[in-house]
Amino acid sequence: MRIFFSSLIFLLFSHTANSAAKIEHWQTTQGSPVFYVQTKGLPMVDIQVVFDAGSARDGNQQGIAALTSALLDTGAGVWNADEIAQRFESVGAQFGINVSRDNATLSLRSLTEEKLLDKALLTMQEILSKPAFKEADFQREKSRTLAGLKHREESPGALASIAFFKSLYHDHPYAHPVAGVVETVSGFSVDDLRAFYKQYYVASNAMVVIVGDLNKQQAKLTAESLISGLDIGQKPVALPEVSFSKQGVVKHIEFPSTQTHVLAGLIGDHRKDPDYFSLYVGNHILGGSGLVSQLFAEVREKRGLAYSAYSYFSPMLRKGPFTMGLQTRNDQTDQAVQVMLKTLKNFVKNGPTEDALIAAKKNITGGFAMRFDTNSKLTSYVSMIGFYQLPLDYLEVFQQKVDAVTVVSIKDAFQRRVRPEFIHTITVGATE
Amino acid sequence: MIFRIIFFTLVCIPLSVYSSNVKVHERIFENGLKVLVKEDHRSPVVVSQIWYKVGSSYEPGGITGISHMLEHMMFKGTEKHPAGEFSRIIAENGGRENAFTGRDYTAYFQTMEKSRLQVSFELEADRMRNLQLTPDELKKELEVVTEERRMRTDDKPRSKMQEYFMAMAFTNSAYKNPVIGWPSDIANYQVDDLQAWYQLWYAPNNATLVVVGDIKPEDVFLLAEKYFAGITTSKIKPLKPQAEIEQHGVRKTTVKLPAKLPYLLMGYKVPVLNSVENKSEAYALEVLAGILDGGSSARLASNLVRGKQIAVSAGAGYSMASRLPELFMLDATPAKGQTVFDLEYALKEEIYNLKTDLVSADELQRVKAQVLAGAVFQRDSNFYQAMQLGMFETVGIGWDKVDEYVEKVNQITAEQVRNVARKYLLEDQLSIAYLDPQPMSEQKHKSSVAGGRHADFF
Repeated sequence: MRIFFSSLIFLLFSHTANSAAKIEHWQTTQGSPVFYVQTKGLPMVDIQVVFDAGSARDGNQQGIAALTSALLDTGAGVWNADEIAQRFESVGAQFGINVSRDNATLSLRSLTEEKLLDKALLTMQEILSKPAFKEADFQREKSRTLAGLKHREESPGALASIAFFKSLYHDHPYAHPVAGVVETVSGFSVDDLRAFYKQYYVASNAMVVIVGDLNKQQAKLTAESLISGLDIGQKPVALPEVSFSKQGVVKHIEFPSTQTHVLAGLIGDHRKDPDYFSLYVGNHILGGSGLVSQLFAEVREKRGLAYSAYSYFSPMLRKGPFTMGLQTRNDQTDQAVQVMLKTLKNFVKNGPTEDALIAAKKNITGGFAMRFDTNSKLTSYVSMIGFYQLPLDYLEVFQQKVDAVTVVSIKDAFQRRVRPEFIHTITVGATE
Repeated sequence: MIFRIIFFTLVCIPLSVYSSNVKVHERIFENGLKVLVKEDHRSPVVVSQIWYKVGSSYEPGGITGISHMLEHMMFKGTEKHPAGEFSRIIAENGGRENAFTGRDYTAYFQTMEKSRLQVSFELEADRMRNLQLTPDELKKELEVVTEERRMRTDDKPRSKMQEYFMAMAFTNSAYKNPVIGWPSDIANYQVDDLQAWYQLWYAPNNATLVVVGDIKPEDVFLLAEKYFAGITTSKIKPLKPQAEIEQHGVRKTTVKLPAKLPYLLMGYKVPVLNSVENKSEAYALEVLAGILDGGSSARLASNLVRGKQIAVSAGAGYSMASRLPELFMLDATPAKGQTVFDLEYALKEEIYNLKTDLVSADELQRVKAQVLAGAVFQRDSNFYQAMQLGMFETVGIGWDKVDEYVEKVNQITAEQVRNVARKYLLEDQLSIAYLDPQPMSEQKHKSSVAGGRHADFF
């Protein structure tokens, strides 16, 4: 591959030119919001149940959100892990659980033929409402997680990311890695997981997304049945705001690799940030547009210093990081970091040229249809809109908002939000 | 409704989806370019991929990885569109683009709003013949590829181990070389090497153009004719077969690298659809891989990760869609207190069971259900559909076999699965590599505050 795709780099979204998908919205009897889009053409459906139960809810038990989610499909109701897996796989369905800092997502992709879908849905319902949390399953999954944490230490990129978040977020719930750390995970008991489940996997804290070839009536029944077994519970308290440290940091971690991994950035924006569009379009030019961004041109095309060079904002419930990244041969780290920071400084000082802005807008608007041209991509967008409580016409007004961005608004937003003197720079590699 | 799906239910087989696929339209131009078009009108977009029959398995010693290097250089401009223009024009038209190289192919793609297809054709046709290779651009791009190798292989113990493993498993097949190339070969490419490689393989009669999306086949053929039909044909010399000599006995290697966890790789020499006389054997091997590793209910997860709890992860893999005979791969990471040798024994026991007992009706049904449903799910993506057509055509199987896949798998019986296990998963055809983790030097942290102030976060 000429470019290493990072899903983060392209995790942007869309705006309407032609008809954006119409999102329908209602609440289940227990009050869980449902977001639904009907798509035709393929006899399949994607279903997600999302909880505000990401690692930001870990508290001191770093990694407990992730391990709790990992236990859900290892036993539920009368079924053990084998039986659960067989029930999904015998109808060709794909089931998965993913945890991020902000949320925990259970996903099902199934054919819509009634018998097949019903079997998959019933299984998912049991997983949601009657997880067994058996001691033996817990011990096994815990050791697997601990092995994963050990394996992570082989990766300079993973270590850089952990250090980067820690540096930016100090003691904020976003500071620690989603999977936790050995010291905390090894201390968990199965009761800790049960308690986490009981508090966060409740109807008041749940949301349902349905995208596919189901009619509205079917979608309503589906959402209703998935949520019906959950306690009503309570919405968790809002996450604390992120405090912005007005201090640049340079940190190096020695690691026996041939390349040094560099991450540089600072606290960026949140999902409903008033500067969101100026930062998004500006970053598209700086480092978000793959093969034609400024960082790519300066670091790779002009100097051959790295294979990948990029930047992105990752807006979350609270302010997520603005991150620039590259990997380069150990002995040219200083040079690469200088080029990266100089490119940033220049961009912040001068903003983009009018031509660059026009080109970026053409790329964003011209590629609009490709942002949700599959059920998979559409499901991600609908889920994002639902979870972050963005307006339902978000997709429809996206283009106007992009068009409204100007050279002046980008310059203004970057000068206020991305001050080069406050950048945290993390390097992981060998200096000796 | 574009896709016509018929469901029917059989006794004991809860799922049988026969998916009647959308027709693929084919046209071969006089200059030898093959054009494949498949309609999918769900979104107003189109993906265009051009596949060249060249990859690392075409490369002689001394210039391994040159197909991949050339893939990078293909973005460095022509007389008409100087360096950087290709990507700039695609971006300005709202497009996404990239390229990839494998053992048997090099492919370039653009995804565009449907009205921009000609932009992609114009640029792609231009660089099929008119690439300008310069020493300055090569010098920079060599550094980029070297960084890519460091990132993908050199700093990843398991990837590096896999390189040693393949180099041991194959004696003289070109599959022994890594796609990205050996370091000293990468360091010594000359412009002349790349020029020669480009002239040898980049020609219409060595390429397949695949287009999938919201378009009409006739329109695509007309457009393709305008841009590609005038390109002159090359004389493509047939590849030397380099047939792998027979293996007589198990091969083992230990790779000692700084790492945190041990790891095991095993591979049996097996045929692929291209090479096997009885074609159903290739499909039976695909099913066998599904029995072992087709999800969380499959045997490796159920028996080794849960059951015996001997592995924290375990996998099996086989792809019948390669140009040359392949390896049936197994890999696993031991659970705490277990060794790679325990795992080797457990994996061999799984293989032994496949040779002794017939797989159950439930397992067979499950694999088939997954393949059938998977065929529907895959149609969610134009890119994936184009990818399948391009790959099957380029490795020499023929694109028409894509549509047969579901049906062929559905015909496989438990006896056939046992037969291929007995025939091909043989100890004497096995290669094994053990990753023996060496201590990683202690991490040292140094931090300072930009501007010389004190930081106490760490």
